[in-house]
Amino acid sequence: MSSTLGSGGFGDRPRAYDPAAPLTPTGNLRRRQIFSKFTEYLATAAAIGAIAVLVIVIYAVVQHGIDAISWDFITKSAPEGVAPALVGSAVIVGIATLIATPLGVLIALYLNEYAGRRAASFVSLTMDVMNGLPAIIVGLFFFTFMVNQKGTLGLGQAGWIAGLALSIIMVPLIARGTQGVLRLIPKSQSEAADALGVARWRTVLSVILPSALGGILTVTILSIARAAGETAPLLLLTSNGDISRVVLNPFEALASGPTRIYTLSEEANPAGFTEAWGLSLLFISFILFASLGARALLARSKRKTSS
Amino acid sequence: MNLPPSRVRIRTDQPAVPSSANGTGSVALPDAVTTSAEAHWDTPPEVVFDSREVSVFYGAKQALAGVNLGIRRGQITALIGPSGCGKTTFLRSLNRMNDSVPDFRIEGEILYHGHDIYGGNVDQVEVRRRIGMVFQKPNPFPKSIYDNIAWAPRNLGMRSGLSERVEKALRGAALWDEVKDRLKDSALGLSGGQQQRLCIARAIAIEPDVLLLDEPASALDPIATGAIEDLMHSLKGRFTIVIVTHNMQQAARVADRTAFFSLETGGEKPVGSLIEFDDTERIFSSPRDPRTRDYVTGRFG
Repeated sequence: MSSTLGSGGFGDRPRAYDPAAPLTPTGNLRRRQIFSKFTEYLATAAAIGAIAVLVIVIYAVVQHGIDAISWDFITKSAPEGVAPALVGSAVIVGIATLIATPLGVLIALYLNEYAGRRAASFVSLTMDVMNGLPAIIVGLFFFTFMVNQKGTLGLGQAGWIAGLALSIIMVPLIARGTQGVLRLIPKSQSEAADALGVARWRTVLSVILPSALGGILTVTILSIARAAGETAPLLLLTSNGDISRVVLNPFEALASGPTRIYTLSEEANPAGFTEAWGLSLLFISFILFASLGARALLARSKRKTSS
Repeated sequence: MNLPPSRVRIRTDQPAVPSSANGTGSVALPDAVTTSAEAHWDTPPEVVFDSREVSVFYGAKQALAGVNLGIRRGQITALIGPSGCGKTTFLRSLNRMNDSVPDFRIEGEILYHGHDIYGGNVDQVEVRRRIGMVFQKPNPFPKSIYDNIAWAPRNLGMRSGLSERVEKALRGAALWDEVKDRLKDSALGLSGGQQQRLCIARAIAIEPDVLLLDEPASALDPIATGAIEDLMHSLKGRFTIVIVTHNMQQAARVADRTAFFSLETGGEKPVGSLIEFDDTERIFSSPRDPRTRDYVTGRFG
């Protein structure tokens, strides 16, 4: 009896350690700590590697492209500048945004407010598959269906068709992103609205959407940044755009940033390369600033809904 | 005196007729809807909710079994009992707030002024229009104080005299004097107790018939709790109030009648059941059921 109390362990076995010993590592603790440090360094190195890649790419783009950047480069048409490509991209992405934002938000509302569990998981899966759809396949579909003169509709190249194709790429991004934003809105808010005997759609319009607005805007900006850089569909759907004048009419083929970068880097003229880098620099800056701005906006709206 | 002969069913649609007289002899006399001392009233108090053999299931799990309970107009009815005994489930079943819970299923019927709450052509939005609810945690909208109150009237087409309505609701919730100079400020800047009174004001702004309060003071300090209880006293009569509370003193202070729920282990799994329903004074001074006595005297729970 007294030996149990004296040894302090289970039954009569003494404890494996002396409780009064100094609190330095004993047993295999030292080895476990080394392994733990090793994994930590490995993970940190991977993260640093990712940042390094981005920094190297940006550095290369800036280094090669900075010489091409000038006021004329931005505001004039070919051969001095790339204004038609910038304007064309803006029109195409604008059309895509006008189509994709309402659709994406509605899908997110369906997922969050109306869908049953099974329907929601099916639609979510569909969105994820759509998100993984290679852009060239989207482009090929619209090329065969609408653009190709021997195809179904045979409309020929046009900016709006490119916008339609880009909207297919944006919809899943906006839908899934908005779904995430809507999830952040406390359930107690829609519960409060429900308990007041107000119909669901009115609650959605006047309580849920206003709370989610900042987040939806952020998600939209991020998907715009993504769509603006998509090249594959544009090569098929609007590659014949006029680069010597600024065109706004979406029913014509429009010049665009990505296709212009592609054709410039294919040119025999070495100055074309510099211009391609310059245009790349413009695009990468737009994407960078759009993403950073969107992040700041999201952080702000999160603070607003949670406080 | 308090044995079966004096038991009187409280019903409005068929006041003096025993249930067997209209050929529905199979309807059992619900034990809970009985009174002991007041069998001699002239006009029986009107019953707003008549719950008959209500059982609630979440999927395969049964949360409530066979609740028979009549809630009288203009009174405060408290639901007390230990955690998990189904009192909140019962409360949320009264205005169909449980409908959004996946796999929620209800058996038996809850009559509201004689209409089955879960009837085929009943719209849950209309149910909640008449039966308002205030939740455990204050949940004001991230809008201004004014817009919090005005939101529901606006969306329900009660636009005329909106500012008077807002003022009346805030006065009714004893909050007007504290907020009248900052109606345009965000409701999220109010203290917890003020937010809860704002939620009550928001609920009474659409002039419901019934107010369901789900532990409205459990997240508040004693002073704010006192304010909420005073408020309940002032709202009594104008509204029928049903309150779930963990706090027995609170039930004793505010309620006309008290229902004690508990977990019963009759089957293999414990199920929430109504043990006793009576005048509050009786529940706390001379309960008939030993389980009620053990609970209110603090012997368990």
